[in-house]
Amino acid sequence: TMARVLVGVKRVIDYAVKIRVKPDKSGVVTEGVKHSMNPFDEIAVEEAIRLKEKKFATEVIAVTCGPTQSQETLRTALAMGADRGIHVEIPADDYVKTGPLQISKIFAKLAEQEKANLIILGKQAIDGDNNQTAQMTAAVLDWAQGTFASELKLEGEKLTVVREVDGGLETIDLKMPAVVSADLRLNEPRYATLPNIMKAKKKKVAKLTAKDLGVDLASSIEILEVADPPQRLAGIKVENTEELVGKLKEAGLV
Amino acid sequence: MSTELRHAVKQLYKTLIFIGREYPKGGIYFRDKCHAAFMKNKDVTDPAEIKMLISRGEYVVKELEALYRLRKYRTLRKRYYDSETFEETILKNIRYFDQK
Repeated sequence: TMARVLVGVKRVIDYAVKIRVKPDKSGVVTEGVKHSMNPFDEIAVEEAIRLKEKKFATEVIAVTCGPTQSQETLRTALAMGADRGIHVEIPADDYVKTGPLQISKIFAKLAEQEKANLIILGKQAIDGDNNQTAQMTAAVLDWAQGTFASELKLEGEKLTVVREVDGGLETIDLKMPAVVSADLRLNEPRYATLPNIMKAKKKKVAKLTAKDLGVDLASSIEILEVADPPQRLAGIKVENTEELVGKLKEAGLV
Repeated sequence: MSTELRHAVKQLYKTLIFIGREYPKGGIYFRDKCHAAFMKNKDVTDPAEIKMLISRGEYVVKELEALYRLRKYRTLRKRYYDSETFEETILKNIRYFDQK
């Protein structure tokens, strides 16, 4: 069987940006800050595209949930080679309260709607760091799941997933349909070049709301405070080994 | 210069400027260097030489892609896999060593 792949992509603050907490501790500063596709999602998109290139998948549909700016991330996915995009528009105020539980319900509904049999997601978003969406999506759909995937092999109805676990690798066989979460070493994503970005402008992007899918965005989680991690104490430089030993003795460590 | 080559050169320039936006020393630094490099060769007429220069430019694009990819991989690996032992890293990447 050929796979019809749904890939989830999230717009996050760029991985290289130094995060600053807002003075009121309600969150982090996002205004005027560089955003890009979640790095694990890039890996997910790349894997989906490779499946299509190797003729294991017929269509790759990129999905994003969020306010208007989320569409930028869809454009990147399309530039990388996804066939079409779906933007589930969630207004900024509601989006702040949205987490893996709500997103997983949205993906589940879309998978049914689009008759997808494989969902590939990044293992976690570098802002939320929840590592829950893939697992929850599989649970909602009652599909098999292969998380922390570092290798994928599709043979008919069987999906072989090599998973990164503590201490090494685990290989499992899944029966399609399945949800997979991409780990860092699954592949090396291609760069979205300018010509591909131009070509991607012609690709279709559908807009929906959570309501259209019959998904309730209500959350039972409320963010109380966002704070900086404790400051690391500055180190001191010593001139030589004698001084080092002296300082260690002073601190009662030797 | 034929229209075809002229188009290829312009496309290369646009591609380089686009990918150079994330250059570690800054997009503006890169843009200036790129512009200077193209201007230095503006009087070249031999098609073979132009094609060679275009190839060199495409090589730079590939090098930049590799730079960004490696920088991102290393940052993420440090951020998320710092507790991983060296042996674990080798084990998990063994197939890359086989392929490359």
